[in-house]
Amino acid sequence: MRSRFDEQLKLLNNSLIEMGSIIENAISKATKALETQDVKSAREVIEADQIIDDKEKEIESLCLKLLLHQQPVARDLRQISTALKMITDMERIGDQAADISELCILLASDEYIKKLEHIPQMAKATIRMVTESIDAYVKKDMALAEAVVEYDDVVDELYLAIKKDLIALVHADVENGGQAFDLMQIAKYYERIGDHAVNIAEWVIFSITGKHKNRQVL
Amino acid sequence: MKCFEIEKLNLHYGDFHALKNICMNIEKENITSFIGPSGCGKSSLLKTLNRMNDIAEGCRISGDVKLFGEDVYGDMDVNMLRKRVGMVFQKPNPFPMSVYDNIAFGPRTHGIKSKYELDKIVEKALQDAAIWNELKDRLKKSALGLSGGQQQRLCIARAMAVSPEILLMDEPTSALDPISTGKIEELLLHLKEAYSIIIVTHNMQQAARISDKTAFFLFGQVIEYSETESMFTMPRDKRTEDYITGRFG
Repeated sequence: MRSRFDEQLKLLNNSLIEMGSIIENAISKATKALETQDVKSAREVIEADQIIDDKEKEIESLCLKLLLHQQPVARDLRQISTALKMITDMERIGDQAADISELCILLASDEYIKKLEHIPQMAKATIRMVTESIDAYVKKDMALAEAVVEYDDVVDELYLAIKKDLIALVHADVENGGQAFDLMQIAKYYERIGDHAVNIAEWVIFSITGKHKNRQVL
Repeated sequence: MKCFEIEKLNLHYGDFHALKNICMNIEKENITSFIGPSGCGKSSLLKTLNRMNDIAEGCRISGDVKLFGEDVYGDMDVNMLRKRVGMVFQKPNPFPMSVYDNIAFGPRTHGIKSKYELDKIVEKALQDAAIWNELKDRLKKSALGLSGGQQQRLCIARAMAVSPEILLMDEPTSALDPISTGKIEELLLHLKEAYSIIIVTHNMQQAARISDKTAFFLFGQVIEYSETESMFTMPRDKRTEDYITGRFG
């Protein structure tokens, strides 16, 4: 009985790793499409969002089956409830990669008012956060999960730097306003991806300690 | 408030050391679950609380068990102790007599003879056990004709008819179907407002559903004793974790 349960928990972990890899790819591809103004790649990211949604449903279904069949307690209960919380944030990250791609298509025929510099850095930072938060879950690595939470400051600082740049560009020429607004929106999507990675990491900490944001859940 | 204070309790059955230095307090008006693998000492401790072990051959007990501050193994009259600390067993064991006489049996042995008073006690006990509506027209019928679930609730009513302060329950639902189990669990949650309940169960989900505190026993020792929700989400001891998640036992 227990060995079947362990196999199913392993399957759950593998599914989360797979979903994590799909969303990392979505962020990476959306960023590259943005940098190169590649409409085709941006469309592929939007279309691939359905795969992420399907993966979320598949993992959700597996978690519900485990709750029903195994009536888990202790670390099993924490692991499965954490997975259920994580996939909601992971699915939202997929949506945000698609949202970035939508704006990428909108801006594809315009010359950028500024060379994209901080946005690729934000993308790199958020991909790292997503990867590490899921790694922390699989390896039950508390220090790594805490590092993800800390690392969000890097993303927030980049967001503020972009905001400052764009305000300066609008001050210099009000004609920049339209694109500046879209670029600000894109930066906001990356910043939200960082927040979702923090949410994932905080649930990983719960799965290890039983505490969510230093509060005992039960 | 504590109903039981247990201090350095050791119990031997001949050479077998069944309970090892148990120290725990049990809260009043609470449901406390004892869990653990077979032979770990949980039923032995339960029976120690109303001295059911006294008649077990070769049984030796040392240490303190206090009921609301009174020494259970001191001068306390055993009949009075068992009136205050009732017990319900795994298998329903109605007496081969009518429903009414089953409930009235205890009060009669404690000297109540008035029919009016006995009628009142029988009705109240059956109502408290949430079985009055099912049995009010069958009071004179044999209790042996009831279903297993009804028999067990009758036994709970019988235990309550002598107005105990505490109910000890040794796997009270393990022989019952899920509907009857659900009814008894609902009943226990209702009863804990007035009684202190201590239940031995092999059903982890039952312990998680109904009890306020849970004690995990292993090889005659209490390994962990804590708030139930905390034990079932974040047990402190690896042995508890391994047992409740089915990794051993």
